Amino acid sequence: MRKLLLLVAFLSTPVFSEDANLEKRVTGLAHELRCLVCQNQTIADSNAPLAVDLRNQIREQLAAGKSEGDVIDFMVARYGDFVLYRPPLKASTVLLWAGPFLFLLFGIWFLIRRVRKQAIPERQLSEAERARAAKLLE
Amino acid sequence: MRRVAWVVFFFLALVALLAAGLTLNPREVPSPLVGKPAPHFELPLLQAPEKTFSQKDMLGKVWVLNVWASWCPPCLVEHPVITALAKTVPVVGLNYKDAREDALPWLKRNGDPFQLTVYDISGRIGIDYGVYGVPETYVIDRKGVIRYKHIGPLTPEASQKKVQPLVQELSR
Repeated sequence: MRKLLLLVAFLSTPVFSEDANLEKRVTGLAHELRCLVCQNQTIADSNAPLAVDLRNQIREQLAAGKSEGDVIDFMVARYGDFVLYRPPLKASTVLLWAGPFLFLLFGIWFLIRRVRKQAIPERQLSEAERARAAKLLE
Repeated sequence: MRRVAWVVFFFLALVALLAAGLTLNPREVPSPLVGKPAPHFELPLLQAPEKTFSQKDMLGKVWVLNVWASWCPPCLVEHPVITALAKTVPVVGLNYKDAREDALPWLKRNGDPFQLTVYDISGRIGIDYGVYGVPETYVIDRKGVIRYKHIGPLTPEASQKKVQPLVQELSR
């Protein structure tokens, strides 16, 4: 009986690990895709019916031998770039990607201008001040 | 004085930007399907499961596809608008992730303006059409190309100012 159980366990292991591998890929992809019903969640985090359907769709397609890229293309063709949690770099998204750096450059420029303006010109001490300083140091 | 003017200017610019942002609806995601051929489907009819209907059957006609479900309250809200629209253009219903025993009484109760209704119980065709919030409404031209998509309940305004003029233009 025990041997039989071991045999069953042994035989079922590869199948199980293959499933686990598929699940891992499904979860990985699901974390990359936005749930359009609850827009600030990925379809991995959301339990909206559409998110469940889309997870099943990912699983089906990966199981059928499609690549991660194929599944992403499938989703973008239907829901647009918005479905991607990481927006692609395109002409329409340049401002989104470059914006923070533009703000940084503007900030640096502004800061340099301010600091230059505030720089106090060096001033020589007058004779009287020199004498007073010498007296204080005595 | 000039500095104050600048601060006021930046503040007003920011207010204008945020105000413009508030008028946008984040739920309205532009569909990549507009301008593309309507995805293929072949689905059983809601009222006659033994018969099927395909988007190809409408080639040569301008028509409207309306995605609805009996479990969706906004669908009930837009129903009179769809009913009025159906008098001017053929409207095909796509019953989305619904049960026949709920959908059929719903139509009986609220009236059935649809030329016919197809039954997508799994929501698979919904995914092909990029449906993420029922109701959704598509205007499809003679060549079978999607020309407009409305997300959420069709308002009388959207129907009169967008859908109907577009249908008229496409039918010319």
